[in-house]
Formats: sequence, structure tokens, C-alpha cells
Amino acid sequence: MSRLPAPWGNRINRDVPVTFSFEGRTNQGFAGDVIASALAAKGQWMLSRSFKYHRPRGLMSMAGAEADTLVQLPSDPNVQADRHPISQGLRVSAQNVNGSLARDRDAYMDKLGRFLPVGFYYRSFMGPTRNSWLKMWEPLIRKKAGLGVVDLKAPHADYEKANLFCDLLVVGGGLAGLTAAIEAAEAGADVILADMEPVLGGALTYGRDGVDRLDALLKQAAALPNLRVMTETVVNGWFEDNWLPLIRGNKLYKTRAREVLLATGSVEQPAVFRNNDLPGIMLGGAAQRLMRHYAVKPGHRTVVMAANIDGYRVALDLLEAGVELAALVDPRPGGSGGALASELAATGTKVIQGVVEEARGKTHVTAVKVGDDWLDCDLAVISVGYAPMWQLPCHAGAKLGYDEDSARFSLTLPDAALGIAGGLAGVFAADAVVADAQQAAQVALQRLNLSTREITPVADDEASLTNFEPVIASHPMGKDFVDRDEDIQVKDLQNAVKEGYRELELIKRFTTVGMGPSQGRHSALATARVVAKATDRSVDQIGVTTARPPFGPETLGVLSGHHHPAERRTALHREHIRLGADMRPVGAWRRPYFYGPKVDAKRLIEEEVHAVRNGVGILDVSTLGGLEVRGPDAGEFLNRIYTLAYKKQPVGRCRYCLMTNEMGTVIDDGVAYRLAEDLYYVTATTGAVARVYADMLFWNAQWRLDVDVLNVTSAFSGFNITGPKARDVVTALDGDIDFSREGFAYLDGHSGTVAGVPVRAMRIGFTGELSYELHCPSTYAKTLWDAVIKVGEPVGMRPYGLEASRILRLEKGHILIGQDTDALTSPDELGFEWAISKTKPFFVGKRSIEMRRNKGLSRKLVGLSFDAPQGDPNVPGESCLVLKDDVPVGHITSVLWSPTLSAHIALAYVHGDDADEGSVVTVKCRNGVRLNVPVRGHTFFDAENKRQEL
Amino acid sequence: MPLRLLKYGLSGSYPVTGDIPATPDLKPSYDVVIVGGGGHGLACAHYLSKHHGITNVAVLEKGYLAGGNTARNTTTIRSNYITKEGIAFYKEGVQLYEEMSEELDFNVMFSQRGQLTLAHSEATLRSFHLRAEMGKHAGTNIEVVDAQTVRELSPHLNMDEGGPLEIMGGLWHADGGTARHDAVAWGYAAQASRRGVEIHQRTEVEGFDVEGGKIARVRTNRGTVTAGQVMIAVGGMNYDMAMKAGVELPIRCFPLQAMVTQPLKPWLHTLVSSVSLHTYLVQSSRGEIVIGGGSDPYQLYSTRSTLDMKEHLAEGAVHLFPFLHGVRLLRQWAGITDMTPDYSPIMGASPLSNLWLDCGWGTWGFKATPVAGKYMAQTIANQKVAPILEPFTMERFATFDLLNEMGATAASH
Repeated sequence: MSRLPAPWGNRINRDVPVTFSFEGRTNQGFAGDVIASALAAKGQWMLSRSFKYHRPRGLMSMAGAEADTLVQLPSDPNVQADRHPISQGLRVSAQNVNGSLARDRDAYMDKLGRFLPVGFYYRSFMGPTRNSWLKMWEPLIRKKAGLGVVDLKAPHADYEKANLFCDLLVVGGGLAGLTAAIEAAEAGADVILADMEPVLGGALTYGRDGVDRLDALLKQAAALPNLRVMTETVVNGWFEDNWLPLIRGNKLYKTRAREVLLATGSVEQPAVFRNNDLPGIMLGGAAQRLMRHYAVKPGHRTVVMAANIDGYRVALDLLEAGVELAALVDPRPGGSGGALASELAATGTKVIQGVVEEARGKTHVTAVKVGDDWLDCDLAVISVGYAPMWQLPCHAGAKLGYDEDSARFSLTLPDAALGIAGGLAGVFAADAVVADAQQAAQVALQRLNLSTREITPVADDEASLTNFEPVIASHPMGKDFVDRDEDIQVKDLQNAVKEGYRELELIKRFTTVGMGPSQGRHSALATARVVAKATDRSVDQIGVTTARPPFGPETLGVLSGHHHPAERRTALHREHIRLGADMRPVGAWRRPYFYGPKVDAKRLIEEEVHAVRNGVGILDVSTLGGLEVRGPDAGEFLNRIYTLAYKKQPVGRCRYCLMTNEMGTVIDDGVAYRLAEDLYYVTATTGAVARVYADMLFWNAQWRLDVDVLNVTSAFSGFNITGPKARDVVTALDGDIDFSREGFAYLDGHSGTVAGVPVRAMRIGFTGELSYELHCPSTYAKTLWDAVIKVGEPVGMRPYGLEASRILRLEKGHILIGQDTDALTSPDELGFEWAISKTKPFFVGKRSIEMRRNKGLSRKLVGLSFDAPQGDPNVPGESCLVLKDDVPVGHITSVLWSPTLSAHIALAYVHGDDADEGSVVTVKCRNGVRLNVPVRGHTFFDAENKRQEL
Repeated sequence: MPLRLLKYGLSGSYPVTGDIPATPDLKPSYDVVIVGGGGHGLACAHYLSKHHGITNVAVLEKGYLAGGNTARNTTTIRSNYITKEGIAFYKEGVQLYEEMSEELDFNVMFSQRGQLTLAHSEATLRSFHLRAEMGKHAGTNIEVVDAQTVRELSPHLNMDEGGPLEIMGGLWHADGGTARHDAVAWGYAAQASRRGVEIHQRTEVEGFDVEGGKIARVRTNRGTVTAGQVMIAVGGMNYDMAMKAGVELPIRCFPLQAMVTQPLKPWLHTLVSSVSLHTYLVQSSRGEIVIGGGSDPYQLYSTRSTLDMKEHLAEGAVHLFPFLHGVRLLRQWAGITDMTPDYSPIMGASPLSNLWLDCGWGTWGFKATPVAGKYMAQTIANQKVAPILEPFTMERFATFDLLNEMGATAASH
């Protein structure tokens, strides 16, 4: 079929042919064509098979909504053929076909329809045995489900995100949107005008008599620098506080607009009659788009069903394009196309009062039935009414009502910085639309405190001509589709009502009406009308189902964006790599696991442990959380947050911190070093610091103490120098801190300069050995590290990694929050009674801790050891259960081989009655073997704490 | 083709079963009033009428049947919890799902395709081991699997080897699955109403008259009724509902969001869930990929969904299955969850002698629909808390006999 001559085809460039393929056959179109238009130009109208019955389907709206136009690209399922442009070499195939589109082996489903009544799957596929659904029926049905095929090897694609801000966001660039955007921009507002089409104009680009008006508006818009036009941009939802996602290609613009004006127009509604889904039956707007945008003649001989003035316009357009008009069918008794009716009459067109009741044809319409007559045609154009594009306003909380007189939905707006104009607001005649849009812009301008002017309203002389009461010609033989996406017929809705599903939401769920890709755009009005009739209620009472974002399909890629999980590195990362560290992820951080080649891991880790126990080692502790608590109330604040007392803590001393929540559960621990009267430097667990910081802010928002909390985790780096020879290392450093035994006692904190670096030094550690922890600003970390490594060399200091650190801490019986504790661990269960102040009137969790103490302990953390050699399967692993009378009462929280003690050592929760040293508890290994083990204290090494206080 | 469909097809007209009777007028008095016509309330009504012969029952539903969290949840059914009390309870829940279609003569499409939870860290793996040990000890079908087995169970996963989210192993729960949520509620409604239970839609409870330590009357927008026993099961609104009877529940409400893609031909067999990414995915029988995650981080009573959560869930989904980047999202929504301090529900008695609680179901109530219904019915019929429910009573918060399921619920539901 050749194309219509210019000016038909305002989107295509006839000088640029584009070759693509559909279902393996090569086709040629022009630059500017979409898949559906290029195929239609070649006479290929069928694009897909329907979801349930595998009926032939083609384009209906040319506006990108219905499932019928979804096609498959090699790596892209469910692509809208009526919106996706063709490109050189594009390979397109049909979806949901078994075999080929032309010969779909599942086409028999159409004949089977009578055996598959609505909701049939709830009443069948259950037998013959209980497993039949899972083993037999479900796999069978799953194969039939779904539409497109996801490409499991889809190549990577780039996605981007950006933020936009504006005074006014106008959504929809048709006559209303363009007019409003110009009005607001001329008054000085910073305006974004977004439209999903490649060119502005909306219906002006394909409707009758639109072009001249459009050219003038485009010139005006182009002259306004404060009007940003974004075409091919879908405003895909409205979120609280005018927060809107604008999607253009692979880029998501998250936009905050002070005011939003929606001018998204309306959606033309199909009519319901038997076989209304045949290819060749389309909406008026689709026929106009095919002709004006793509120069495609939609058929040779047509019947137009027009229940509004636009239908008459389409009929005249079709005549102009050389389509033979068999008849114009107007369902309105005494209905008229106004002035256009006489224009049409002058062409000699037959106007019939009635409705199209049925269509016939195998894969394309060949005739439609009006009254008793079958009218031959290869095109049936339907123009019977509109529904507002209610999705965005409804996201924002607008209410959709139905007016019986005008047979139309109308919107009531919520109290938000949001307006509507044009077709969306139920205004249709061009001059009335212009005035309505200007007025809507003025309302926004007023709220923006920009200069305003008076707009003279213009009466809408077409409002009464747009919609008509139901064109629902239900047929006893069915196939009168209300929802083409889901293959829902009139009787399906009626039967659902008979089953007792009388509420629209229940009908939707029982029949799946409105759940397909078009999300009810073409079915909601008809559904409401059918259900209202079946339940003897008004359409207003039935309403539509809740509209939820997104407005149209959006890819997960555009939402996800250019996503890379964050990875955090300490300032010493490169030093560790240089030293051969095996770096492993710990939360977002990377930390040295041990130093040296992987094959020697076991030996190297043991050597690192021995180095600390017998010499000296150094550990990068920069990942540890660091918080500065500053202000006159800092001590009082810590008193309330942590379980010990801090107000009388001397400056220059460190104190243990234990944090509990309101349930009395241990949630973090650390050390507070008092730097000054009003300043504490508090450490927190690596993984918990963000939450601890948030908790501190949360509490102080209520307490209003004169204190400021700062998370300085990344600002400070730190390393711990630990072992009997640690003092040899630190005293060899240049600086003004006295590291001598007399000058720097256990739990002291001193600040000063070391190796030219400002340092906060604390005599604390996790290994049970003599330890110094040096913290410094991260920018100095390498300088200090290099200095320490240098002076450590003569005494054989060795860097050690996380695994050795874990062994050292377990030998000393220190707990790890999160590993040895869970969401209910109380301090008493850990044996931490010493860490709970008895004199403070309050701290978070105090009341709960006392109540739980009075109840007695149901479990307690104890030490266990296992003499079996390393690797013995009868050594229980972490999380193995502790049983009492075969009932789980606890579990092993930590277990490791101790090179120092040559035994497996563990921490475990046991029943409160069995927590005394020497009690015997039963542990169940992973292999099921039960071991009886004596309980011991949880300090396995140097229980007298002599070494750390050396 | 199943016989029943053949019969349908050959009969001239559509044979009406009549699942849900039209709402009748309220009677002045009922033996039991169930507030909330969701899955839990309807299941309780079913078991009251079936096991205990109590049929003078009214189920009061403010909106349409099962339109709250029953309609909004993402239908995970599993029993891989941490506490022995929880495991015993949910295990029976899974068993009841296995029998449900047969029991209700309504295909709820229980699809036991297994749930795979992923560990991206040693800490997660440790918690999986605990759940596996507890589960195995209680006789459930659960095991910790290594990375190679994860690959075999879900071959399209991005294992992120050497990356920050490397999959180190998983928790494989072969009994896990999904079911058609609406069908569960409708099946119970149909069975219960056939035995005489009344279902009242668009019937909102406005208040309770409390006299002498019990509920004397239930006031609704359609009239006042007296009730022998009252149960509340209004997921998301339980705190407010109980307050109407003067009972304060230890519940805070958080929105929970989910979303669904366009239908695709089946490619994802198991339920896949990642603790670290707070994301899980399951492919429905319609072919849609249902994507969910953890609750919103703040308390709210709004069911509006957010862009931020959608971006977050998309990040997780695309990380786990990178080829999904071109797949299109169709719909997102939110529900309101009742969170208790220990992430376990509240079932059983209240301070009022004839008020029974079935609430605090947080993000995980759907899987418990049958088992909660069965034992709440037993509790109400005997006016004594069923032994299996005793650990779940509200008193545990006063006595600190808490049931910590926090680790077993986050992002797994």
C-alpha cells in the first residue's frame, strides 16, 4: 500500500528509508515511523495474539497503552509497537504466540473459551490428587502465562538520573498544556513543559484544523527562555509534595515542582460489541494519527461509528484521504455533528442512526452489523466518547466522579499545589480550552506570587457533544470485549457479579479486568457501566479501581539508575595491599583478613596471633565508628545513652560504653574518651555506628540537651598496637605524648603530636594484651602508619588481620555485638552486671533491665571448649544448638580454634540454670551428634587481666 | 481437561456457585462478631463454623472483602523462623496450605516452589545456620546451601564473585511457596457463608460499648449489635480498633511497599530473597515479577507508595538479576503493617474477657491465615487460649517472654 501524499505524514521523512524485520520478514518504512505504522503501511495489521484466547489483535489507539500492540525486540519484551520508532536493522517479533503470529498453535484457545468461564481456575485443576496442582496443572498453566520473553543475556545498558526543580511543571503539551506553559512563562515563572510525544501539540498534530494554531503556539514557546520543553518525556507518577519522575529514554529526572498543572487530555474509549477486537477496528484518534503522522491510509472502505463531533471530523478526514465511507453510524437518537453534519451530508455520506452490534472477519474486519444489515468494510472507526486521563491526578488524591447527564467521568482535585486544564478538566472546544488553560495557569501564578491577569472565560460549545451513554452491545455469543488486554467479555463481569463479587475491586480481582498493561485506560468506563447495570447501582457508586503509579510502564533500569553498591576503603587500603593483605568485605568496608598468600592462610593467621601474644602486632581499626559528643550536657547525654556513668569521668580517661534499647537489649558497645570537660570521643561498632548516631539524634530531639553529636567515623583513622612489646614501639615514636608505664596507665587517654601528626591515643584494646590505640585525622593516617611501621620493625611488629583479631578477642572472651548478641540479649545474660550503673536515675533500657533481672535468667552466655583436633566434624559450628531435655535453649554464637590454647573455644547461650562453671550442657553438632560439655567462664586467656595492665 | 470445565462448557448457561452472598441486614445479636473481613477473620469464621458448630457469626468488613493487607501482601508462605514456638506454629500453617484447595473446594493455587534466601555476608550465613538448626530440630524442610547450590537453584542470579555483594550461600526452604491471596479469602468466605456465617461488607465498626470488663455492644455504621465474643483482626488498623475498646496494643504501624512488572514468560522458579539488599522477587502464576522489600523506615498510616522505595527495590532487583533492567514495571502499592517489638504476632486474650486479638502481624500475616484462623476459632469456642497460641499472647510484653523473630522476618515476610 503506498503512503498518502504530503502534507499527510508530518512525522515521517520519506527521503530516509529504514529497513527492519517483523516475524523474520524484511519490511521497509521511513525515518519517523513507529513499528505499527510501518507495518500498517505494508498491510500488516495483526501485531499479536491475545493473552487468553490467542485471538488476532492489532493497533487500536496508536497511543501506546493496550497489550495488543506489545511486541518483542531481541532483548526487550513488551515494547509498544505504536510508540517505538523503527530503526535500521531492528528485529521485531510477535509475542504470546506458539509457533508464528500467522499460524499460532494456541489459536484453538479461542474455541475453547466456552469451557473457560471467568475464574475457572479457582474451580478446577485441583485433582486428581492433592499434588496435582503443583506437579501437573501449574507447570502447564505457567507455560501459557506471561507475554514477552525476558532475555537472560540482555546486554548491559546505561541509565542516568538527574534532579530538576521548577516553579511550574506542565504535563502534556497539547493545546491546553502549551497555552498554560506560555501563559506562566510570560509571567516570569520558571516552567517545564513535558510531553511524551516527539513533538508538542497533542491532538493538534493529528486532529482536523489543528496545524495552524499549533505553529503559532510553537513560535511563542520557542521565544521564552524560561520555558524548558521536554519532549519524549513521560511524567510517570505523582508523589507526595509534587515529587515527580520524568522519564526520557534511559534517564530519570526526579523533579520537584512548586506547582503542577496537568493537561494530559483524555483517552478515547472503545465501544463494546461482538468481535470488537478484530484488527481493522480502531479508535478515531488512531485513524487520524495513522494518516496525519505517518501518511498511512487506514483502510479502503470504512464504517465510522460516531457518537460525538470528533467522529464527524474523523469521517471527513477519511474521505479526504480517499477512504470510501460506507456509512456513518451515530448511536444518538437525533444526534448530530453540528455544522460538520451538513458538511458530511454534502459528500453524500449515508448517516445511520444505530449502533455497530457485531463485526466479522477472520484476521481482519470484513464487515460490521448495524441493525439488520452487514456493511462490508476493511476499517471500522470508533469515536464514541472519552475518559479523562485520570491517573496522575488520582495519584495526587483526586476523586473521580461520574456525571450521568454528560455520561462522563469528572475529577475533584485534592488540596495540593496542583491544577488541571483542557480535556482532562472536561473542556473540549478549542477556544474554551485556551481560556481554561490560561485561567489554570493564573491560579498557579497566584500561588507562586507572580503577576496575574484576568482571563475571560469562554463557553465550551462541544462539552455536550463528546460523550454518549454506553455503546455496549453485549452479545449472547460473547467475544464482546470490555478489556482486550485480559480478554474480558461482558458476560465475565456479569457472571462475577452473580458469584457475589459485587464490589469493583473484587470484580477486578476475580476477573482480572483492568490488570493488564493498559491498566484500565480503555476498560474502566465500560466496566463501571456494565457493573452498575448488573448490580443495579449508579456508575458513580461503582467508580474505578485505585490508580497507582506508575502512569505507564517504566523499566527497572531507569528506576535503578547507574547503580553500584558503595564500597568503603580506609585511608590505609593501599598500604594493606602493598603488604599482601587478603582484603575482604565487612559490610560496606574492605578490611585485611590476613596478610600473605591465600594458600598459607591458616599458617599466617596463627602466626599473626602468636605475634600479638608473644611480640607485637598492629591492626587497622579505622572502620570503627567515631562520634564526637560536645557541649555542656555531654556527660549527662552519655549518662542517658549508655549504661555506665560518665559525668564524673576524669578528662584524659577512657570508659567502657554499653548501649541498650528500651527493651533492655544490648545494641552496641564502645569506649568514651573524655577529651575535655565538654567533649567526649566515643567509639561505636563498625556496623552499628550509623544507627547509633541516628539513635542519639532521635533521643536528643526529645531530651533537648545542650549537646551536639557529630559522626566523625571517616574523618578519623586509627590503629591498635598490641602485644607485650607494644610499649617498645610507641615509646620509640617522636612526639609529646608520654607512653611510659607511669605516664600512660591502662584506660588513660592522651592527646598530642606523634611523628608530627595530631593524635588521640588510648590505652585500650580487644586482645587482652598491652595495647595502645592511636587515632588521627584520616589525611595523616599514612604518615603515622609509616612512622609506626618503621619503629616497629626492630621489635618484629607484624600487621595482623581480621581473622587473627577475632581469635584474639575470643581467647579473651570479649563479645561481638550482633554475633554474640541478638535482638533480646540483656546485659545480665552476658554477665555484664558490672557495666550497669546502679546509681543513675535513668538511662535508655534501665527499667527493662531491672524488670528482666527480677524475672530471672532464661539463658546466659558462657564459655565452652572442645578438645577435638582442628577440623574434627564433631566440633560444633557457629549456630549449633544447645539443648536441655532435647529442647533448644540456646546456641553457639562464636567458635574458633585457638592457636594459643590449642583447643576449640566457643561462646554459647545455655539455660540460665546451667550457667555455672562445671555444669554440663548438651550441644548438637551439625551432623546431629550430641556432645556433653562442661561450662567454663568466658575468658579463656589471662582471666586475671594481668597482661593488658602490664 | 478437568471434568468440571467440560461440564461448564457443555451446559448452556454459566453455573453460578455463589461464592459470596449479598450483605444481609444486621441481626441484633451474634454469638461471635469478627471485626475484619480479611483472610484471618474469614478463616476464623470458617473454622468456627466447621470445627465448632458456631454459625451465628457476623464478619464485619469496613470496605470490600479482603481488601486490606490480604489484597496487598506478596503471598510468601514459609516456616523458616527462628524461635521454636514460631517454627511449630508456621509449620502447621504450611501444612494447612497444602490441604487448603481440597478443604475449601477452591483452588488457591498453592505453589510450593521453594524459597531461597541469599547471604552476602558471614553474619547472614551465621543467622541462616541458626534458622536451619532450629528448623531441622523441629522437623521442617530447611538447609543452608553453598554458593554452588544457590547457582543451581536459581541459575540466573548475579553471584557478584569478588564484589561487595558476593553471594556466599543461602537458606533453602523447599516447603516455601506462594498462593493466590484473594482465593484464600474467597474460599473461606464461601465455605463459612454456606454454613450460615454472615458476611457484612461496607460495615464499619465505629465503637465498642465496654461494660463490666467486657464488650457489651459493637457499634457500626449500619447499626449496633450485641456479641457473645468479639475478635479483632484488622491488619494495619488494629491499634486504632483496640483503642476503641480501651485496649492499648504494643503496636506501631509502618507502610510496606511492593511492585509488579508486566507479565513475562516463566523464568524465575523459586522465591528469591536477599537480606542485605532488602529485596525479594517471585514470579506469579500470571508471569508478573512481584518485587518487595522491607518496611518503610518511618511510622505512617498512609498507603501511598513512594518513588524512593521503588528506586531502592529496582536497584536490588537489577543487582540480583541484571538482565531485568529492560523489564517494565506496571504497578506499585503499599499496605500498613502492625509491628510488635519482637516481630511476632499477638494472638489470644485481651484485658477484656470477651475480646480476642489476632493482630501484630507485621509483614508476615498471610502465611498464617489458616493456622491463625484454626486456633483463634478454637480459642474463641473454648474461651481459653489454645496451647499453640500461648507463647503469642499480649502478656508476653509485660513479662518479657518475647519471641524474637526479627532476624527471620526482615525482607522475607
